[in-house]
Amino acid sequence: MNEGKHPALVVEHVKKTYASGKEALKEVSLVIPEGDFFAFLGPNGAGKTTIIGIVTGIVDKSAGTVRVFGYDIDREPEKAKACIGVVPQEINFNIFETPLDIIVNQAGYYGISRKEAIPRAESLLRSLGIFDKKDQESRALSGGMKRRLMIARALIHKPRLLILDEPTAGVDVDLRRSMWDFLRSLTEKEGITILLTTHYLEEAEQLCKHVAIIHQGSIIESGSMKDILGKINTDSFLITLRSQVTPEIVEALAAYRAKKIDEKTIEIETDDGRGLNDAILLLNGRGFPIGDIRNKSGRLEEVFVRLTGK
Amino acid sequence: MNAKKLWISFMTIVRKDVLRIFKIWPQTFLPSVVTSVLYFLVFGTVLGEQIGDVDGFSYLQFVVPGLVMLAVVTNSFSDVATVFFVSKFFSRNIDEILVSPTPPSVIIAGFVGGGIVRGVLVGALVLLVSAFFVPISFAYPSVVLLFLVLSSLVFSLAGLVNGIYAKSFDGISIVPTFVLTPLVYLGGVFFSIEALPGFWRDLAAANPIFYLINGFRYGLLGLSDVPIATSIAVLVGLAAALIAANWYFIRTGLGLRQ
Repeated sequence: MNEGKHPALVVEHVKKTYASGKEALKEVSLVIPEGDFFAFLGPNGAGKTTIIGIVTGIVDKSAGTVRVFGYDIDREPEKAKACIGVVPQEINFNIFETPLDIIVNQAGYYGISRKEAIPRAESLLRSLGIFDKKDQESRALSGGMKRRLMIARALIHKPRLLILDEPTAGVDVDLRRSMWDFLRSLTEKEGITILLTTHYLEEAEQLCKHVAIIHQGSIIESGSMKDILGKINTDSFLITLRSQVTPEIVEALAAYRAKKIDEKTIEIETDDGRGLNDAILLLNGRGFPIGDIRNKSGRLEEVFVRLTGK
Repeated sequence: MNAKKLWISFMTIVRKDVLRIFKIWPQTFLPSVVTSVLYFLVFGTVLGEQIGDVDGFSYLQFVVPGLVMLAVVTNSFSDVATVFFVSKFFSRNIDEILVSPTPPSVIIAGFVGGGIVRGVLVGALVLLVSAFFVPISFAYPSVVLLFLVLSSLVFSLAGLVNGIYAKSFDGISIVPTFVLTPLVYLGGVFFSIEALPGFWRDLAAANPIFYLINGFRYGLLGLSDVPIATSIAVLVGLAAALIAANWYFIRTGLGLRQ
C-alpha cells in the first residue's frame, strides 16, 4: 500500500468527450490530499459525475491521467479500485435483495469472505441506523434508508477514499445532519479521505476543508474552504428584533443592504467598512431592541452564485 | 487480487445468480419441464408410433437428447443474457462489480458460471422427466456430462455477448426466438442429418448446435452422425472464440462504460 506517500487523488489534464460529441470535461486537474474532506461543486451538467465515473472506472476518459494513492487507474486499475468506495447519485442496487446481501456481496467483489463480511456489514448497518431492516427486501426502504445503505455498501471493504455523489439528496434535515456527523467521524477517527459532491452548499461549507468548483467542464475555483469564503469580504447576519421590523429601520440600515425576512427578522451584510457593532448601535439608538443575532451560513452559496451565475 | 480473493469474487457472482435461479424457480425450471412434457406426450403417444424406430431406438428415445439440449441451450443463453442486461440497463447494479477490483476474466467466469449451473440443472431435470416416458440409457455417461457442461458453457458465453450488447429487452429476446430456436430445430433434434439431401446436409453441418446434439445423443444412445472428436473440437473452438470476444468487450468497456 502507498501509505502516506501520495495524495489520495490526483487528476491531471483530464478531458472527456462523449460519443455524442458533447465535451463534458475540457481539461480538469485537481489534487486531494490524504485525510481531506473535499467538496466538488458545480451546477447540474458541469461535469462532477463524469469525473467521479472516470475515477471509479465506469466512464472512459478521452485524455489525462488519474492516480489514486499513487496507483494509475490505467496501469494498476485493480489496486486503484481497491482503495475507493463510491456512493453514486442514483440508487444502483438490486431492490429485490436484502441490505445485508447487498453489502456482503459487495464485499465479495473485493475478495472479502462472507464470514468476515457479515459482522462488518451488520456493524455498518447499526452505525447507519438501518440494522433492523437488514433482512427485508431493499425496495421496502425509504429514500433516506436507501442512501444510507449505499454508504454502508461503499464502506464494507474499508476504502481509503470515499466518493459521495450527492449522498443526502432527498434526505430530510434531521437525517442529513446525522449523516454529516457520521461522515465527519470517518475522516476524523478513521482517516478516510472524502470527496463530496452536493447541491446543498451549506453541507459543503459545514463539512469540507477544501473545495473545487467546476463549471461547463472546467474548474473555475479551488482551494481551502477558508480561502474561498475569504474571497467574499462580506458576512451576513440575521437579526431578530423584539419589535416589528418597520420600513424606516430597513431604510436606516440601507448601507448594510438590509432585507426584511419576516415580521421581526432583518438580514444585513457587514464588511470591512460597516461592522456588526455599528449596526447594533444604530438599532438600539433607534429604539429597536435586539432579541437574537445569528450568522447566516451560505457564504459558499454566495461564492458559487457569483462564479457560476447559477 | 490474489487467487483466494479472485475465487471469493467469482463465487460471489455465481452464488448470487444461483440463489436467484432457485428463488424464481417457476420462471427458471418449470417452463422447460412443462414444455418437454408436452413434447414427450406429442411425440411419444401421438406421432412417435407412426414414425417408427430410428437406428434401433424408438423415435421418442431418439428425440430425447435434442429436447434436453434445446432446454440447455435456451436456458443457459437467456439466463446470462437477461441477468447481465438487467443489471446493466435497469438496476445498473453491474456498477457494483465494475467499480470493484474484480478483473474482467472473473466477471466473465462468474456470469457464465451461473448460466452453466442453470443449463446443467435444467438439462438434468428434462432428462429426469423423460425417464417417465421412455427408458433412458447412458451409453457413455462421461460424454453426457461433458456435453451438458460444454453446451451450457458455449451458450452462456453467447448469452453474455448478447447481454453486453443489447440495448433493449427486444435485443435479448430476438436472438433466442429468431436464431437459437431455429438452429436447435434444424440441428437434428427431430431427425438424423443422414436423412437430409446433400445440400441440406452440408448446411446442417455448418450449424454448431448440430454438433452438441450429436455429441449428447452419442453419450446417451451411442449414435453419432459425425465423429465425437469433431463435435468436441467445434464446441471447444466456439467457447474459445466467445471467451476472447467477452474478454475484449469487458476489458475495453464496450457497451458497458460510457
